[in-house]
Amino acid sequence: MSKIGVVTFPGSLDDGDAARAARISGAEVVRLWHADPDLHGVDAVVLPGGFSYGDYLRCGAIARFAPVMETIADAARGGMPVLGICNGFQILCEAHLLPGALTRNQHLHFRNRDQWLRMENSSTAWTSHFTEGQEILIPVKNGEGCYVADQRTLDELEAGGQIVARYIRGNPNGSVRDIAAIRNEAGNVLGIMPHPEHAVEALTGPSLDGLGFFSSVLKHLADAKAAA
Amino acid sequence: MARVVVDVMLKPEILDPQGQAVANALPRLGVNDVASVRIGRRVEIDFAGDADLERAREIADKLLANPVIEDYEIRVVEAA
Repeated sequence: MSKIGVVTFPGSLDDGDAARAARISGAEVVRLWHADPDLHGVDAVVLPGGFSYGDYLRCGAIARFAPVMETIADAARGGMPVLGICNGFQILCEAHLLPGALTRNQHLHFRNRDQWLRMENSSTAWTSHFTEGQEILIPVKNGEGCYVADQRTLDELEAGGQIVARYIRGNPNGSVRDIAAIRNEAGNVLGIMPHPEHAVEALTGPSLDGLGFFSSVLKHLADAKAAA
Repeated sequence: MARVVVDVMLKPEILDPQGQAVANALPRLGVNDVASVRIGRRVEIDFAGDADLERAREIADKLLANPVIEDYEIRVVEAA
């Protein structure tokens, strides 16, 4: 069984839900601690939402220097699948594992609602179970989710198919080009502002659309093991 | 003790909604001749010994500012 690590930073909020989502999808979950650089043999990592280290200075700026992040950054550069959700996305940008940055919502309000997205790229470790153009509904909840990058970077993201999901039927935070999720060039690192881990059960989620991210990575890991 | 001040500002091309909100509040004070307001962060670093500008630059570049969206300026000031 593939092992998915879920990191807990001081101030993480959604580590429990992320672990639950991974477990429901059939993964063995390993909880990782911010101060422990050891990844304990996991095959993939989720950086969950929340307010790591109080989000002091800038969101994700201090978490980037956590001992566990040094190891994760090396593993990510070596191809390990890493999913950053919300605060996790901010951490990935601060760690320069993804381009651009997430800034204060343009309208300055915290937004918490169910959000429609259009999936635009299936060639990542985390999205192969979606079809391009598929519309999904998952919760969004952020105060600093406005994605920004310079024009050249944005054009490169577009050209390289690195924009993985866009907001549709309303942009909740002012993100440029309605960007909700991006991937790195290799496709193993994905940052997404809305929360797939909150949409995995009928009782609490607006849909089960979030499961696709976790089932995709499990398929990716199984294929990699079969090929090895 | 020697103090180094780092001023961190959003790059000009990055929207500053906080500054805009302040600018929008100014007419309520009767101020109508302000074209724009931008908000940044001033960080004071007190070195135990001499001011180390090289080290301060490293701190600013790696932690205090995110060079993707922010510019910074560094100067040594007399500690109070």
